[in-house]
Parts: sequence; C-alpha cells; structure tokens
Amino acid sequence: MSRTFLVVAETRGGSLRQVSYETISAARLAGGADTTVAAVLIGATAGSFVNELTHYGADRVYTVEHADLEHYNPQGYFAALQAVVQTVQPDAIFFGHTAIGKDLAPQIAAELGTGQISDITAIEVDDNGQALFTRPIYAGKVLEKKAFTAFPWIATVRPNNIAPLEVDPTRTATTEAVAYSQPTLQTIIRDVVRNTSGKIDLSEAKVIISGGRGVRSADGFKPLEALATVLGGAVGASRGACDAGYCDYALQIGQTGKVVTPELYIACGVSGAIQHVAGMSSSRVIIAINKDPEAPIFKIADYGIVGDLFEVVPLLTEQFKLALQP
Amino acid sequence: MNIIVLVKQTFDTEEKIVVEQGTVVEDGVKFVINPYDEYAVEQAIQIRDDVGGKVTVVSVGPERTAEALRTALAMGADEAVLIQDSRIGHDEHSVALALHAFISQEPYDIILGGNFSVDNGAGQVAVRLAKLLAIPHASSITKLDISAGRAVVQRDAEGDLETIELPLPALFTAQQGLNEPRYPSLQGIMKAKKKPFRELSLDDLNLDAGAVAPRTERINLQLPPARQAGKIISGEPAEQAQELFRLLRTEAKVI
Ligand SMILES: Cc1cc2nc3c(=O)[nH]c(=O)nc-3n(C[C@H](O)[C@H](O)[C@H](O)COP(=O)(O)OP(=O)(O)OC[C@H]3O[C@@H](n4cnc5c(N)ncnc54)[C@H](O)[C@@H]3O)c2cc1C
Ligand SMILES: Cc1cc2nc3c(=O)[nH]c(=O)nc-3n(C[C@H](O)[C@H](O)[C@H](O)COP(=O)(O)OP(=O)(O)OC[C@H]3O[C@@H](n4cnc5c(N)ncnc54)[C@H](O)[C@@H]3O)c2cc1C
Repeated sequence: MSRTFLVVAETRGGSLRQVSYETISAARLAGGADTTVAAVLIGATAGSFVNELTHYGADRVYTVEHADLEHYNPQGYFAALQAVVQTVQPDAIFFGHTAIGKDLAPQIAAELGTGQISDITAIEVDDNGQALFTRPIYAGKVLEKKAFTAFPWIATVRPNNIAPLEVDPTRTATTEAVAYSQPTLQTIIRDVVRNTSGKIDLSEAKVIISGGRGVRSADGFKPLEALATVLGGAVGASRGACDAGYCDYALQIGQTGKVVTPELYIACGVSGAIQHVAGMSSSRVIIAINKDPEAPIFKIADYGIVGDLFEVVPLLTEQFKLALQP
Repeated sequence: MNIIVLVKQTFDTEEKIVVEQGTVVEDGVKFVINPYDEYAVEQAIQIRDDVGGKVTVVSVGPERTAEALRTALAMGADEAVLIQDSRIGHDEHSVALALHAFISQEPYDIILGGNFSVDNGAGQVAVRLAKLLAIPHASSITKLDISAGRAVVQRDAEGDLETIELPLPALFTAQQGLNEPRYPSLQGIMKAKKKPFRELSLDDLNLDAGAVAPRTERINLQLPPARQAGKIISGEPAEQAQELFRLLRTEAKVI
C-alpha cells in the first residue's frame, strides 16, 4: 500500500520559504519513491504558490485559504491543518523547524497521540527500510539518531541542512482546496511588529556576519551590515552584543538564540563562548576576526585574522565588492 | 491564582559531553533547572507575590530530578511534585501524558513551562500538554501581564514581536528576556526543606505502562566530527583581507 506524507509549507514576506522546499525533499528521502508527497499551504493567498510547490517535488497540493489565516494563530492554523489531516489521513507530517512549525507540530502530535522527532538535520533509510532521523542534541555536542515506533510520524526539519530536490518546471500535480471552518478563537493576535521584514532570515541565510561585544556600539554593526549587503547575507550577534544593547535579541545566535547552518559564518569581535558556538558550529566555513589571538573562537575557525575588526571588515568589503562586481 | 510550573532538570550548559556505550555519561555532571524553566519559575513566583495563590513545580524524571525541584522551592515555589517511574518512556509523548494525568486532577489557572530544554531540545512537551488539556497557549513569550482572568503576552516569533491576548486557564512557554531569575537565598533554602514534596508513580496517576509507551526510539548517539583550528592569516590588514578572499574562493570555494 502506498503511503502519503504531508508537508506543511510556509511563506514569508510574500514568497515560499526555502525550508519548505527542503522539507519536501526530507519527506521524499524518508518515504522513498513510492510515497506520495503532498504539500499543504495555509494562508490568505495560499493558491498562488501551487506551481512552485509542484516544481520542487510535491505530487499533490492542498490549500486552505481564508482571510483570517493571513497571520499565524495557534488555534486557527491548527483547525486548518486538522481539516487537511482528516481529508488526507497522512502517514507522516513534516514541518520546517520554524516559529510556526515548532508551535504547530506538537499540537497535532498530541492530538494524534503520536511521536514527533524535532529539529532533523539528516535522514537515511537503513537496510531494513527503516527511516533514521539525525538531530543534534546537547546544543550540537552530540548527534542522536532516532526512529519512530508507530505511525503517523511527525517531524520538524532544521533549515539549511537537507538540500531541496532539483527543480523540474515540467512537473504537474493535483490540487485541492480544503474548506476552513473557523473555530471560536480564544487566542487573539493584537499586534505584530516585524523586526525582520525585508531581511534574510538568519536560520535560512547562506552567509552570516555576526558581531560580538567587540563591535562596541550599535553603530559598530554598520561595517558588518555593509559586508553582509555585498555578500547577500544576514547580520547576527552574540549574546554579549545583545546584552550590551548594541542590537536586538532577535539577532542572537547560540544555545539560547538561533541555531544557524550557513555556508559561511564570519564572527567579528566574538570571543567564541561555548553557548555561542552551540548555535553556529555546524556552519560549513567559519572565519574569525578578533584582536585577541587567544580567543577561543580561533579553535573552531577555518580561517582566522588576528586584528581590529574596524580595520579588517571594511577592507574585506572592498575586496569582495571589487571581485563580485559583474 | 493556582500556577503550575513544568520543570525539567538538564545538564549545565558548560558541561563537556562524554558518550559511552550509546549513552551520555552522567557521572560527575552538574545538573541545573533548564534555563528556560527558570524563567518560568521566576514568573510564577512574581505573579503569586502580586495577586496571591500557590506555585506548584512539577517534574518527570529520575531521582536526581528532586534537586532541581528543591532549587525551585528555594527560589520561592510553594510545593513540588516529582513524577518518577521507570515505566514512563523517554519521549515527549510519554512525558506529556504523565504530566497531563497529574495536572488534569489539579486546580490551575496558569501553566508555565520552557520554550525548549537545552539538552534534548525537542520543544514539544509544554505545547503537547496544552493540547491534551484543551486549553489555549502562547509559546516563546517575553512578557506576561495578567488581569481580570485574561493574559496579554508578547511573543518572540523568529525575531518578530507578536502581542497576543488569551483567556485563562492557559499555558505559556518562557523565552529569554521574560525576566531575570533570582538566586535562592540561604533563608529560601532552609524554608524549602519544610515545603510539601510529593512523589508520584504511574499507579498514583492511574496510568498503566502501555498508555505511556514511547512512540519514538533512540537508535544511537554519535559525536559530530570535531572542528580543527584552521589557518591564521598574517600580514598587514590589506594583505590579510586579500589573502582571505583568495582562500575563500580557491580553497574553501564558498564564493
Ligand atoms: C545559560 C546561558 C546561555 C547563553 N546563551 C548564549 C547564546 O545563545 N549566545 C551567545 O552568544 N552567548 C550566550 N551566552 C553568553 C556567553 O557565555 C558569552 O557571555 C557571550 O557569548 C559573550 O559574547 P561576546 O563574545 O560578544 O563577548 P566577549 O566574550 O566579551 O568577547 C568580545 C570579543 O571581542 C574581541 N574584540 C574587542 N574589540 C575588538 C576589535 N576592535 N576587533 C576585533 N575583536 C575585538 C575581544 O578580544 C573578545 O574576544 C549564554 C550564557 C549562559 C550562561
Ligand atoms: C525515568 C526517566 C528518566 C529520564 N532520564 C532522562 C535523561 O537522562 N535525559 C533527558 O534529557 N531526559 C530524561 N528524562 C526526561 C524525558 O525523557 C524528557 O523530559 C522528555 O523527552 C522531554 O523532552 P525534551 O527534553 O526535548 O523537552 P522539551 O519538549 O524541549 O521541553 C519543553 C518544556 O516542557 C517541559 N518539560 C519537558 N520535559 C519535562 C519533564 N520531564 N518534566 C517536567 N516538565 C518537562 C519544560 O517546561 C520544558 O522547558 C527522563 C524521564 C524519565 C521518566
């Protein structure tokens, strides 16, 4: 009997999130070729993303469209997803390990009385056909491999770790709009302040320039922002910089901040405390710029520059600008 | 106001992790209250001090967990409950069901937990519990105001700030920024010794082992490949910048 895995896709700033493509890929990896991978998109204008989800590997696309679903509400989105789950009866549901996925997945897992494996970074299928899910625990100091003992499965996938499938613009899929009957919402969203609109989300950024207490002021982030702009990356921070009031806590990377896995991580004036490293040690290439040659960050950096960030960072920006100009 | 706080005991964030025979070695390790749960305990104490009531801290875990509960009592919580039973599965489904069995028998207006645990970090147990109890929740909160049976919270959603209103009873999970947890005072530690401390097993909760069997299993544990210290680039700043660019392009191939 063929199985159906459901992927909960998400948009951000008017486009589908990269992690949604990665999650489709994750469902395919775990399910194999025989599995039907269905995607669901919940939102105010969900219908406009059907083609993209299809080209990235969805065999079927469900949409739940309603003006009230423009913004995430734990109860509203749960009701919308629940309607799709009742229609599809999926054998597994995959989410991005995002603000929405983290809040929605455990709700549906509890409702279905089933297991959830959170924050997955790799998937393999063993010789017996069992899907094994890898997740970093103890702040990335250990990798745990887990498996489910019963269906349905619930899983959340960490952004930037599982490569999306190759885009195929000739793919077609069946689509279905699922009706949303609004529950009595006890939870009311009064206000949303978008600190991150227009900016690249840290968890999905390919390049991150992070600043620590060494930037010395809010203005000290300016050279880092200039470098990020040239590289198409995002700016992050250590807790040291956040605590000092140089930037918003939204930028914090580490054990109690965001966990990131970019291709390139440039740490400027960050000492490399264990709790900071917990959030970035799986980055592919790490660069440290610090004036203290003994700073622990150099122990994990692929390339290090001992020097003053205010001198080095603008020079780097110039260097990249020249080379990357068309 | 009856406030229940979900407390998990975790490894201290500074601890080195040693894996032997498929498990993480616990000998000589310092255990703490999960830092997010510490915010939850602090918030509960502040609300009680404001409006009166009782703070009960509850944990599912092995015997050593009692120490985390004693710390919460020393901070100012009123009562502690340790649910300890080797038949409870080590998975979020099982732990949430055990907590549900206890809490559904208790009076409560507010349940506070952590955003996630800093060791296992699944971020599931508290939200699962809200669903099992059929009460509304708000996760990852950085501000909580209670008045007239309603809560107004600020919530951190990947850096965006949401203001949400919901009726009590409700469950909340704490994010960094909610408050500054207090240290237990010497007097608090003395008082804690006399506070009610209950230990419950599955039988006390009328649960059988089958009901709390886990839905996931651990296959193995591995250490991630260690990162090596790399090259230090020397020279004048302009030369360093040039050399770094060259290495990124030709050696690391990231740009
Ligand atoms: C439970 C717990 C959770 C935590 N969670 C996190 C977390 O999630 N994320 C996090 O980052 N931290 C976290 N911390 C804090 C962490 O322990 C460190 O205190 C913090 O990371 C230090 O920040 P920093 O590196 O910016 O500051 P510092 O340690 O003060 O380092 C500043 C660095 O800048 C260098 N410097 C100064 N001026 C210059 C210059 N002009 N050019 C170049 N270099 C310069 C200095 O040599 C120094 O190495 C946590 C701590 C605890 C206890
Ligand atoms: C006999 C026994 C032995 C155990 N031994 C271990 C062990 O060695 N290592 C280990 O990590 N876990 C152990 N546990 C606990 C259990 O496996 C975990 O608590 C559970 O898997 C929760 O997952 P999590 O840590 O990812 O929590 P998350 O889902 O990330 O936690 C979110 C929040 O839920 C609440 N919460 C989570 N777990 C508990 C709990 N147990 N009690 C009260 N509130 C909780 C907290 O407020 C927490 O901040 C043991 C449990 C039992 C019954």
